[in-house]
Amino acid sequence: MSEARRNFLEGIRAETPLLIGVFPFGMIYGALAVNAGLSNTAAQMMSSILFAGSSQFITAQLVAEGAPALVIILTIAVINLRHMLYSASLAPHLKNLTLKWKVILSYFLTDEAYAPSILQYEKEGLQTYKHWFLLGAGFSLWFIWQTSTAIGVFLGASLPDDLPLDFALPLTFIAMIVPVLKKQPMIAAALSAGITALIAHPLPFKLGLILAALVGIAVGTLLESRYKQEAE
Amino acid sequence: MNNIWLVMIAGGLITFGMRFSLIYLFGRFEVPETMRRALHYVPPAVLSAIIFPELLLLDGTLDLSMENTRMLAGMVAIITAWVSRNTLFTILVGMAALFLLNWLGL
Repeated sequence: MSEARRNFLEGIRAETPLLIGVFPFGMIYGALAVNAGLSNTAAQMMSSILFAGSSQFITAQLVAEGAPALVIILTIAVINLRHMLYSASLAPHLKNLTLKWKVILSYFLTDEAYAPSILQYEKEGLQTYKHWFLLGAGFSLWFIWQTSTAIGVFLGASLPDDLPLDFALPLTFIAMIVPVLKKQPMIAAALSAGITALIAHPLPFKLGLILAALVGIAVGTLLESRYKQEAE
Repeated sequence: MNNIWLVMIAGGLITFGMRFSLIYLFGRFEVPETMRRALHYVPPAVLSAIIFPELLLLDGTLDLSMENTRMLAGMVAIITAWVSRNTLFTILVGMAALFLLNWLGL
């Protein structure tokens, strides 16, 4: 077996446990997006155009609430900012690749592809074919995300209307966020953003959401700096 | 909403741009420490800003009464998420809680 192929398959293998978790998630996204009023085509295409789980959920939610396009786009940008961190972190490992490879791997650079890849790279060090590992992880995730979205879209159209399906969105967000709330600055960021969102809710164009996010980010960052200073 | 395609394409380009940015610019630009730190707070801030109004506002007014079934089911979900750390399980328990509370007519 060629070295490239071996790395590609290893990437898929490392990704497999994550795929099992992603599959129901993709189905929930597909069903919710259709119920939020997106066409089947739009719901499906979002999974390949955006290809970023949490921002797809939030986009579906904001579309359902009738938020203006600019606010949704800004929100997507804020949520996906973290990908710049992944990009920075992987950059030294991918520096010798051609532009074509960099473009392809960037497209596949999700939370779930980044995590096993960076662990592998830090363990294995510099190797010639390791970009195939990221491709294996990223591509298998992409494939499962498209498939599970399609099943969700298909099922979503046939779900009964009286199920409070819209409630699954805030529930999904709760499930994502609660396990992260371990340290005080994190909890403070979440609480301050939530309270600001309540107060700023009457603002037009859903601007309250962006304001609340910025307040939460500022509170968390400032508190963390203060703790660091006290610790020193 | 007809703007959905605009939103998806603009959002997709921005997302790709951010994923590509530092892989492309490696060695020419360093992520500032403050920004690196701030990025950790994006998920809790954005998601809470969505969760709080969803659970606590009823037609735009704050409802902290025990008749607010979304708030109660949300609290059940928060506890479930805290204990189980399992996404799918949390969603199922939260949905079941809301269904049950509404059915009981609370």
